[in-house]
Amino acid sequence: MGFPVEKKQGFSVVVLNGDVDLSRSPDARRAIMKSLKKMHNVLVDMSAVDYIDSSGVASLVEGFQYARSNSLEFGLTGVSEAAMNVLRLARLDQVFPIYASLDERLATGA
Amino acid sequence: MATMGAAIEPTGDPVVDVRNLSATYTGRPVLEDVSLQVRQGEIMVIMGGSGSGKSTLLRCLLGLHRPRAGLVRLFGQDIGGLGTRQWAVLRKKMGVAFQGGALFNSMSVGENVCLPLREHTRLDHTTMRIMSRMKLEMVNLGGFEHLMPAQLSGGMLKRAALARALVMDPGLLFFDEPSAGLDTVVAADLDELILRIRNAMQISLVVVTHELESAFKIADRITVLDQGRILMTGSVAELRTSSIPRVQQLLTRTYEEQPLDTEAYLRRLTDIVD
Repeated sequence: MGFPVEKKQGFSVVVLNGDVDLSRSPDARRAIMKSLKKMHNVLVDMSAVDYIDSSGVASLVEGFQYARSNSLEFGLTGVSEAAMNVLRLARLDQVFPIYASLDERLATGA
Repeated sequence: MATMGAAIEPTGDPVVDVRNLSATYTGRPVLEDVSLQVRQGEIMVIMGGSGSGKSTLLRCLLGLHRPRAGLVRLFGQDIGGLGTRQWAVLRKKMGVAFQGGALFNSMSVGENVCLPLREHTRLDHTTMRIMSRMKLEMVNLGGFEHLMPAQLSGGMLKRAALARALVMDPGLLFFDEPSAGLDTVVAADLDELILRIRNAMQISLVVVTHELESAFKIADRITVLDQGRILMTGSVAELRTSSIPRVQQLLTRTYEEQPLDTEAYLRRLTDIVD
């Protein structure tokens, strides 16, 4: 099952949910990369994520690198404490633009 | 700043459940009636001197040695009754960092770490490579993926083995003698790393060691084995205040000659096969 992508204020918002693990991270990767390859700025809403493993995080890394290479914006919103712990361990919390919520990022405009 | 040992509260059903386990090697008993449980997020250290049975216990937990009696449940599954396919599924949830690293010398560090992903998943090549590099970053080996195992120091080998053991995000990690052969500073760094990984990933760890300092730093609970039997299982504080003489001898590293079973001793000396 894929992940929904919503259009909001000039962003493609990829809404991840549930467990983003070995079985579902390819879907997350597909949704993120598809939006980026259309040259859309991307926000990944993680507020409904229960668990994300390394394969899910790797998909975020790949997306972020692609966005940087193509001068696109890429950010994470609503990252849970559990997911943040995994990002911190790999020091990726210092790499990704991370916003407390989707609304917080959208409030500042595109 | 040092990380505290019990930063999280272990919860839920036991991830490892060992009941009345007995095992022999070439007919000689090496484990007798061993029972222990490890809960989610818990670091259980198995301690004991040489010949105490801790390596055999680890081999039984990994399904590498068939016990004479008792059972081992991992994630609720009795491993004694598993078929090959069921074992393969269960193994994806487990990571093992062996004492000597057990890296393939013909492969680079990066290829070694990536190997479980190639074997067990169909992830995109880029995803696998990023996952491997993330795990190498976690163990402070970022940028060393192109080195060959022979080019690594002892501490780096241990960390590379840990990265490989973690690459599939296991729920349960076995670590055999993490501090063995390392100087005290490198060993302390590795202990700190183990705690950070446990705290971030909420995994359960079974760590086999004979290093007291390391055990006291990382353990939520310690099981002390002696001559194949459990002397006690408890927290570091409980161990320190234990009134069991043999436990105190292990903690203070004092030597006491064990009583000699003369019959068995003579049999060992004279039982020569022509």
